[in-house]
Order: sequence, then C-alpha cells, then structure tokens
Amino acid sequence: MTDANDNIGLRVQLQRAQFALDVALTLPARGMSVVFGPSGSGKSTLLRAIAGLEPAAHGCVRIGDTIWQDAHMRLPPHRRDVGVVFQHAALLPHLSVRDNLRFGWRRSGATTDVLGGWIEKLALAPLLARSPLTLSGGERQRVALGRALVCRPRWLLMDEPLSALDAQRRAEILPCLETIRREANIPVLYVTHSVDEAARLADHLVLLDAGKVRIDGPALEVLNRADLPLALRDDAAAVIEASVVASDDHGLLTLQSPAGILYAHGRAPPPGTRVRLRVQARDVSVALSKHADTSVLNIVATTVKSIMPLSSGQLQLQLHAGNAQMLARVSQQSALRLQLREGLAVWAQIKAVALLI
Amino acid sequence: MNPVFAAIVVTLELAGLTTVILLLLGMPLAWWLARTRSRWRIPVGAIVGLPMVLPPTVLGFYLLFGMGPHGPLGQFTTALGLGTLAFTFPGLVVASVLYSMPFVVHPLQSGFAAIDRGVLEAAATLRATPLDRFFSVVLPLSRPALVTATLFGFAHTVGEFGVVLMVGGNIDGQTRVLSVLLYDQVEAMAYGDAHRLAAGLLIFSFGMLLIMQWLGRRTVIAHD
Repeated sequence: MTDANDNIGLRVQLQRAQFALDVALTLPARGMSVVFGPSGSGKSTLLRAIAGLEPAAHGCVRIGDTIWQDAHMRLPPHRRDVGVVFQHAALLPHLSVRDNLRFGWRRSGATTDVLGGWIEKLALAPLLARSPLTLSGGERQRVALGRALVCRPRWLLMDEPLSALDAQRRAEILPCLETIRREANIPVLYVTHSVDEAARLADHLVLLDAGKVRIDGPALEVLNRADLPLALRDDAAAVIEASVVASDDHGLLTLQSPAGILYAHGRAPPPGTRVRLRVQARDVSVALSKHADTSVLNIVATTVKSIMPLSSGQLQLQLHAGNAQMLARVSQQSALRLQLREGLAVWAQIKAVALLI
Repeated sequence: MNPVFAAIVVTLELAGLTTVILLLLGMPLAWWLARTRSRWRIPVGAIVGLPMVLPPTVLGFYLLFGMGPHGPLGQFTTALGLGTLAFTFPGLVVASVLYSMPFVVHPLQSGFAAIDRGVLEAAATLRATPLDRFFSVVLPLSRPALVTATLFGFAHTVGEFGVVLMVGGNIDGQTRVLSVLLYDQVEAMAYGDAHRLAAGLLIFSFGMLLIMQWLGRRTVIAHD
C-alpha cells in the first residue's frame, strides 16, 4: 500500500475551445517522472497548471501532504514551492546571471550554502557576471536550472528544456540532469516529445495523448509494452537497464544486463555505472541456430512471446530474454521460412545497441 | 514679478505636477490596456486617445462647462467646499491631465505590451508577488518607455495652448503659461520678447527630443 503522504496526486481539468485536458495521476514523490506526448497533447499545459500558471485549470494538486490546489482553493504561482525550467529558459533579461540566480533565492529564504552549492554543481561560476543575452542556449538552460534549484523547490518542473538546443548543447545539459537526480533529492516532472529523452531519463513514464493519460507506470514497463503506439512507430525499441562491467581501448563496453552480457560502443562510463540501452526493433534479426561466423557481436538466446503484424507488412516479434524484453522486425517471408510461432526459442542478433547517454 | 519668470514658474509647476499625476494614473491604466482581454479595452483606449484628434478648444470648452458652477465637476468641487476650478491652477492641472493623457499612456502601453509574458511567469514561479513583479521586472524592462512617457507628457503639457486658454484664462502668476504669454506678446507686437521666448521654447523642445533619442539609442545598444 502506498502512503498518501509519500506521493504526488494530480487531477487537472482544463477546457479550451479546441482542446480538453483531463488528467488524473498519482506519481512517485521521488525520481524523474517524464510526461511524453506529441505536440498538442497538452503536456506543457499540464505542467503550467501544476505551477499555477493556468488560471482556468481546476482540479487538485497535492505533493505529499502539501496541497497547492483543490476544490476550495488555489495557490497563486508565487505561493507554490515549485521550480520551473521553461523551454526557452525565460531568464530575466535586465539582470545578470548572478542576479537571476539570486532573484528567487532571496525570496525563497534558502541559505547561502544552497546558492553556492548549485553554482558549483552546475559550474555556473564563470557565468555569474554575464548578461543572459550573451549566453549560449545551453548556458541559458543551465542558469535556468540553477535559478529554479536555489529556491529549494519541493518539485522541479521542466518543460522541454532540451528541445531548443542542438545535439552538442544537449550533451552539455544531460549530465546536469544526472547531477540533479543525484543531488537534489526532489521529484522532477519532465515534459518532452522525444522518445530518446523519455527512454533515457524516466523513472516513471506517463504517455499523454489528446489531453488524456494513455498509460503511466514504471518507465521500463511502459517503454517495453508491445501493445502501445510507441511500439508501432518506425523507431520502436526496447529499453534495457544494464551496468557497465568493463571497457576496452576501442570504446567497446561490456555490459551486464538481464538479457545477458551485451556489447555497445560509447564513451566509457566507469565500471558499475547503471546505464540504459536502447535496442531498436529494426536492428534485431532472429535465427534458429547460433551463428558463429557473423560480425554481429550481440547474440542473445530468447523465446518468442508474441507476433504482431504491422501496417508495413512486416511482423513485429516480442522476444523474452531472461527478464528483459526485446522487439524484432522480420518479413512475413522470413517468418514462414523459420516457422516462427509463440514459444519458439530463437537467437536474437542485435546489430546495434545504443547507449542512452 | 517679471511676467516671463512668473509664466516659466507656472508652466514648470503645471507640467511637473501633470506629469507626476499622469505617470501614477497612466501606469495602471496602460498596464490594463496592454494586458486585458476585456471587451472594454477598445472603447477605453479610444477615450484615452481622443485628445490626440480632438481640437483642444473643444476639450477646453467642455471642461469649462463641466467645471463651471452648473457642471457636474463644478458641483462636486463646490460641494467639497473648493469652489469651482475654472480659471484656477488646479483647474489647469485637471485639464492638462486629460489633454496629455495619450502622450503618457501610449508609450507605456507599448512598452508594457512588449514584455515577454514568459519572463513574468518565470518571476512568478520564483516567488515574486504581482506587485513585486511590477517593480522588479516590469518597470526595469520598460525603462525606455517610462523615459519617453515622462518626456512626452512634460513637453506636451508645456506646449498646450487651446485648452489652457479656454479653462485657465490668462491670469498672471496663476494660470498664464509660456505658450499663452507668447501669444500675448505677439498680440502686443512685442516681437523682440516673442522671439526670445519662442527661441527658448524651441531649444527646450529640441533638447527633449535629443535626450529621448539618445536614451533610446543607448537601450538598443544595451540589448545587443
């Protein structure tokens, strides 16, 4: 049984001319909850309603035993103990980076240690004297993150913080998100339309579609559900959690996963680091016998759990490998030739394992 | 007292007081006009802008009657024991506030409208109350608009003629302002005095515009 004081309760309803948001959720009070959905699904509106920025939204927002909004009252945004990182950072343009950080910090009554701590953890010291107008996109988001965190919020809300950044800037911010997960010890609500970000960051995943929750649950469970639209996309993939065992000089990592030992290329995190792997369905083929004469490194023993026809004419196999799951795409013809059926033991050959870093 | 000096004092007092009152009234009004979605926004905006297109004598005529012993404003001030406002300095202030209102409200309104809503929302999530946000975010971000509004309001009040003549008359040391004095001097064919006064007002107005341009340019550079 979950203790009501130890989770987040959300009920948000908002009616607009062309759009209705109607969300009821219980989220864990720790870790990163990712709200994933296409644009127009209402995910940003949901985040804004939680922060108190949508006056027309009604419902209930409760974090632990603190209530920000219910049927009888709604706190204005400045009375909610919230931290918000907006898509375009929204730094105050007339203030230096230092004064942007101090703006909320001063009003929240947090200690100097908190301010100094986040300046150090997010490496903001060299930026302090600069004007926000001179910062790069990545720097702006880092400052926005710091500015939200120095207020010691109960809940950090992030609205597509990476979507305005190019790949290089993203790579700059992602480690900061890890730092927050490690150091802030507060729940995070992260809104995105990117499967990659959702797969990499989520502890808890919410799929939002047309203003309604399609499904929510522990991230790996949701990501690996074969019966959801996520699995039918072109880039459908299984997400497997693994830990780094070793790395060699050529950047090849050895990873221990529930599916067995896997190999992946990537920058080497230290052994013991927990990572997530993304195995795309179109990178997986199956064979009835274990081939030794192949360049494919990852060959895993699996059983076929289900076979689903796709609109493209291909078949999507859901494979069980130990406690892990994988998806594979094969043609009808191959399926006939191999006589694939549920329960059959097959070797999954994985052409590429993407390390989600 | 020297009539020129007396007129300068009256003019500066009138323009100064009018500008202060207009900033205090104009800021909330401009904020409302810039942010509201009310259906009253357009009619209210039109009323504020009316003095820009209305002949000043028309405004002055209505004010004269409104402030007179039978006008609504006149009856109100009489009931308060203040007598009527026509041909008094306070009457001039009331008239100037109405007459110069669009020149203060319009720059403020466009300044406020240009402020990114997202920045204000960010300030709200950083624990700033609405009033706090106005002083810590809105005012600093609309400084160029504030400067323009102040200078326009002041300069426009210094330059008013028709309304002043209708409402204030021409009482030395009380309601005679520089623009009316200039008219008097020309009427009296004191062209030498009129030249000096006109040149003085020309330099004043040019100086105001120079300051505005210079401040405007500086803000542009600061935003690059």
